Amino acid sequence: MKIVYEKSRGLTDVPMHYCPGCTHGIIHKLVAETLVELDVLGRTVAVAPVGCAVFAYEYFNCDAQEAAHGRAPAVATGIKRVHPDNIVFTYQGDGDLASIGTAEIVHAAMRGENITVVFVNNAIYGMTGGQMAPTTLVGQPTTTSPLGRSRLGQGAPLRVCEMLATIEATAYIARVSVHNIPRLNGAKRALKKAFQMQIENKGFSLVEVLSTCPTNWGLSPVDSLRWVEQNMLPAYPLGVYKDIEGGT
Amino acid sequence: MTEERIIVAGFGGQGILMIGKLLAHAGMMEGRNVTWLPAYGPEMRGGTANCNVIISDVLIGAPIVTEATCVIAMNLPSLDRFESFAQPGGWLLLNSSLIPRAPARHDVQILAIPVSDLARQQGSLRVANVVMLGACLALTQAVRKESAIAAIEDVLGPSKRHLLGINLNALEAGMAFVTKVQV
Amino acid sequence: MARKLMKGNEAIAAAAINAGCRYFFGYPITPQNEIPEYMSRELPKVGGAYVQAESEVAAINMVYGAAGAGARVLTSSSSPGISLMQEGISYIAGAELPCVLVNIMRAGPGLGGVQPAQADYFQATKGGGHGDYRVLVLAPANLQEAVDLTQLAFDLADKYRNPVMVLADGMIGQLMEPVEFSPYRPAAGLPPKDWATTGTVHSGGRQRVINSLYLYPDQLENHVRAIFRKYAEMERTEVRYELYNCDQADVVIVAYGTTSRIARSAIEKCRRLGLRVGLLRPITLYPFPLAAFDLVVERTKAFLVVEMSMGQMLDDVKIAVAGRRPISFYGRTGGIVPTSEEIVKQVQELLGGRGA
Repeated sequence: MKIVYEKSRGLTDVPMHYCPGCTHGIIHKLVAETLVELDVLGRTVAVAPVGCAVFAYEYFNCDAQEAAHGRAPAVATGIKRVHPDNIVFTYQGDGDLASIGTAEIVHAAMRGENITVVFVNNAIYGMTGGQMAPTTLVGQPTTTSPLGRSRLGQGAPLRVCEMLATIEATAYIARVSVHNIPRLNGAKRALKKAFQMQIENKGFSLVEVLSTCPTNWGLSPVDSLRWVEQNMLPAYPLGVYKDIEGGT
Repeated sequence: MTEERIIVAGFGGQGILMIGKLLAHAGMMEGRNVTWLPAYGPEMRGGTANCNVIISDVLIGAPIVTEATCVIAMNLPSLDRFESFAQPGGWLLLNSSLIPRAPARHDVQILAIPVSDLARQQGSLRVANVVMLGACLALTQAVRKESAIAAIEDVLGPSKRHLLGINLNALEAGMAFVTKVQV
Repeated sequence: MARKLMKGNEAIAAAAINAGCRYFFGYPITPQNEIPEYMSRELPKVGGAYVQAESEVAAINMVYGAAGAGARVLTSSSSPGISLMQEGISYIAGAELPCVLVNIMRAGPGLGGVQPAQADYFQATKGGGHGDYRVLVLAPANLQEAVDLTQLAFDLADKYRNPVMVLADGMIGQLMEPVEFSPYRPAAGLPPKDWATTGTVHSGGRQRVINSLYLYPDQLENHVRAIFRKYAEMERTEVRYELYNCDQADVVIVAYGTTSRIARSAIEKCRRLGLRVGLLRPITLYPFPLAAFDLVVERTKAFLVVEMSMGQMLDDVKIAVAGRRPISFYGRTGGIVPTSEEIVKQVQELLGGRGA
């Protein structure tokens, strides 16, 4: 019998707790495959966030530290400074990175900290039950913006890639999506590039991945993917926002 | 048991903290217990500086000087503030180049020393603090002269070795002034 | 080795490096800035790293990461900054990571002032952040002790896998005294850091996770009970204190750090007045030297607690004395350091004005 597909050895053999249709699982898989393909899994240390991915350390088959809410880039800084030969990445959601942890992400970027950040943006707080995120779209209803996010008083989406790309010491900033196969392949390429940057000591890299939340969006998994395409892409244009090697 | 409790005060740039550090350093070289405590924080804004030095043969408790054996006032605001800190019979040393008034105290020993003028005669106003240190040593014997010289050498280090001569001359000038007025 | 005249802050920093600390993460705040300044200058020379964090919140989480990676790591701050670090300290205690924290206390509450205070005693000794945990707290009274206790702090942190705090104040931070550095050797029998996240290539493929999350209450209770078994061990073996002049004392002053020095001067003045006064000086504030009080309580008539606060250690003294003798309190706050004369006056009042 010929094996045509198998689970990445970058992932542990435990069932994930993510909701049906959530793309966290896909993103985990892409990160794990990347670490295996770059042959760095054994020297990687993951930093898990607070949010839906709080148990990421149970799924990635590498050493890991669980950070306080928003502090993953600071924790990663501590690890990387002690062991510069380790490959250190954070895996953070939009509440973690774009709300409570804005100071930590901005300043890790400002220092050009040689770490990789996987930023999963699904425009809502999943773990706590569907509250408004800084990345929630204008007009999007959530449990704390029941009439839809109002520009007046609740503002408009925080665009992390655009913001961080203005910071001089960053090396690679890209926004990708996993809502269809071509996009998924693009996401994998971006992740590979980001980790490659770290391996080559080029400095701070971040990949923002647009993700779904069927449970809190109140949509089926298929409709959720369509919702990403129709509603998130216009607000969060995909692309490479910074690449010190000049790629696009 | 002997214990010297010294307050040094003036404005920033007069080398106030350095007088104290040299005293403490010299005391340490003599194997004695020493403390040096600077005023810090907003007090230091606006250009005033002061420090407390204790040199003692016994373990030093409070490093804050309240009953000073010697108060060194390098400018008028320092005299105004610290005159009362000298213990009866203690020394009150004034930089008469900058302090126009006489102290109000009559129960302390007072010496007015034109340290700015003496320093200028040595070639630099910047060694006025070391002139005052010399006078202080001659009067109080807080530390031995050789210890003070060794402390100056240590503090200057190799990079400022070229300044050793003028500093030693300043120390001598301060000591000589005391000898002259006391004869 | 020769005695060296150093500022308290610098002596603490130098002691940390002497004890093998190679990583410092911090944020500037008065009156402890000589510590990060010294570290930024000296750590690169010994192959270490200094990172000026964007905040104390970030700094303590960098400490978490570095400690989890197996390093000896230090952060320092002063009261308002230590408040900001409390979240991280709770996580560090929960994840059982060793690290050393220095608090050069200033007066609060709020922005307060920058002058010396001892009003962070509760925060330091009772946990400080959320949840069931303690930080081992060492309180030096002079700079040689600051050096020795800072070095010891790294050993104790490694021994117990718990944060250890060196608790001093602006006066000790700014003070200069002679200090001596002996060649440092780590305590014998420190456990190997076989939990540190260094990559599975270094652990035979076994995954290591640093974590304080236990969502099942029975697991969390077991975890907390295990942590508290370490605290019980600390309470048995790590208590440190000094008794001075207590043999014939009618009054025993209880004070730590800066105020204990001033109490010493007051005791000398009392002696000249014919008053018999002793000093009980806790060196570990947690674990608090409860049993030391049993050694003096029979002979003394009263205790006088002196603090630069409105009375915080006072509570622990009440627990220790347990109603056996009267306890008086004298505190200055807001950044005012009590004078020895003030303390003498308190003793005189306590003894009915004798010797005045």
